[in-house]
Amino acid sequence: MPLTLTPNLSEPGKRYFQAYTPGDDFYEALIETHRDLTDEQSSLVNAKLVLLLSNHIGDLSVLREAMNIARQSV
Amino acid sequence: MLSTYQYSSYEYVRPPEQSGAEKKRYPVVIVGAGPVGLAAAIELAQSGVPVVVLDDDNTVSVGSRGVCYAKRTLEVLDRLGVGDPCVDKGVSWNVGRTFFREQEVYNFNLRPQDDHKRPGMINLQQYYLEEYEITRAKELPNLDLRFKNKVVSVSPDGNGATLQVETPDGIYSLETDWLIVADGARSGIRRMMNLEIDGKIFMDRFLIADVVMKADFPTERWFWFDPPFHPGQSVLLHRQADNVFRIDFQLGWQADPEEEKKPENVIPRIKAMLGDDREFELEWVSVYTFQCRRMNNFTHGHVLFVGDAAHQVSPFGARGANSGIQDTDNLCWKLKLVIEGKAPSSLLDTYSEERVFAADENLLNSTRSTDFITPKSKMSLTIRNAALTLARDHAFARALVNSGRLSVPAVLTESRLNTPDTSEFAGDMVPGAAMDDAPMQEDGENFWLLERVGNQFMALVRVNDPSQVDAATARVYKSLVDAAIPIEVVLVSPQAGSAPEGLRVFVDEKHRFTERFDAQAGTTYLIRPDQHVAARWRAFDATAVKAALARATSNTL
Repeated sequence: MPLTLTPNLSEPGKRYFQAYTPGDDFYEALIETHRDLTDEQSSLVNAKLVLLLSNHIGDLSVLREAMNIARQSV
Repeated sequence: MLSTYQYSSYEYVRPPEQSGAEKKRYPVVIVGAGPVGLAAAIELAQSGVPVVVLDDDNTVSVGSRGVCYAKRTLEVLDRLGVGDPCVDKGVSWNVGRTFFREQEVYNFNLRPQDDHKRPGMINLQQYYLEEYEITRAKELPNLDLRFKNKVVSVSPDGNGATLQVETPDGIYSLETDWLIVADGARSGIRRMMNLEIDGKIFMDRFLIADVVMKADFPTERWFWFDPPFHPGQSVLLHRQADNVFRIDFQLGWQADPEEEKKPENVIPRIKAMLGDDREFELEWVSVYTFQCRRMNNFTHGHVLFVGDAAHQVSPFGARGANSGIQDTDNLCWKLKLVIEGKAPSSLLDTYSEERVFAADENLLNSTRSTDFITPKSKMSLTIRNAALTLARDHAFARALVNSGRLSVPAVLTESRLNTPDTSEFAGDMVPGAAMDDAPMQEDGENFWLLERVGNQFMALVRVNDPSQVDAATARVYKSLVDAAIPIEVVLVSPQAGSAPEGLRVFVDEKHRFTERFDAQAGTTYLIRPDQHVAARWRAFDATAVKAALARATSNTL
């Protein structure tokens, strides 16, 4: 399965009336995860997140595709 | 500075209390003649409840201030008789574009479907809305609008309140059964009553400039993150009436508001944005900060808070005046029923519950937008810019870009006035939702559904052919009008035809009602006076309709 690049966030059992809500729910949770951390701590948290989510995805071809896109125009 | 608008001053008239008239107690007094207080006054007066409105000033708002009026607000204003002048004067728009540095990264359309009367949004300087509301208010004989009447003290008691009011002729006393407080963010009444309003201040400053120019910018909302002409900050552009453009520049917390307001500092910012060649004139400039906060409860005995007096949000999303006008739409029909003795005063508790729910949704959305627009930490900024960078090429990241989630009506899913569904329905017209509009015909005349629904309880019953409704059924429908709280039953049918007993028929020739309300033959919607869905069924059942009406009015059967 190729890397999903269309909106794909949702929470089971939750009813959404606006398309932006699940993305905004996620974004808030992500920013909240970094609240009150130093820059160094935040970088570590992000690195851990990458490792956790990579393992969850599992498919190395999908991960390589994501790594490629993330590195573009940096 | 240039002026495209003539501020009229409204005449002060000595109030009857200071002209020797006998003192009397009023059913409703409203403090504040801004867009929200005036909306409440017009709605109550139109529905037969006399109102007195007190305002300490005698003119409309200075500067554009509240600029964006959303579709739902326009639908409410239509019922108040001011929708047309607002839409005629305002600039209608549906599309918003968001830029990151030099490139467009995201756009949205507030009204993806046709067949609604009103656009997603209009831009209109607040002073025009207030002017149109005042004009309408003056047409209503039971609406007593008193300029230069400043409330200097308030003494609530269990059954109303006594006010001391200062005019150019001195101070007089005024008694009322109900007090609606619409005196804005710095509410004097709230302060006099020592009521708390909790939330947070955002550490940022924004410069607003109303600029008059000839420009062929499309009528869209344009938002820039980190543009070359204002690096590191955000900029928002809206076209308003009279070729007035509203530009908001983010300045940061360190900016000096007095310095920033000076034309010699404002003009270079605008020139950087527009280029040196374009001619423009400054009309109005202001620097603002904002708070996101609300009162715990919008009702305190017989004192009812609406609009900014009850809740404040950041300006990103146009959720201030829009939510205030929706407050009054929620409140007024309930207050009328309570005043007439047709509902217990506990119905007003549901005003607070429902509008606190809406305010929390507005606070959540506007706070999220603010956090995206003005990131609070280095990591927040990095994540924000990563989303903006990915948004150029990838749809998933565009969904995360948040330059303001524009005002839409709250779906009051948690309200205890709703009767829960007993059948499956597709779509969003759940109990608690504000109705969608649809094009309709009645007696061969085209109209919009929302023009002929509301101001009373109505049941819309979907039939395949109105002429097939039998007389006995029609009499049951008609009998619902005779109750203490009447319900008018109207048939909605894909084809024209005359129904027995003079029942009205709305013809859904374009099938938009059928689609949007997932309606089939028999489907019945009970609609509140504020056009919110109270209940719905797959088949009409008079007992169920009466029970749902009782529930929607906090009555017991």
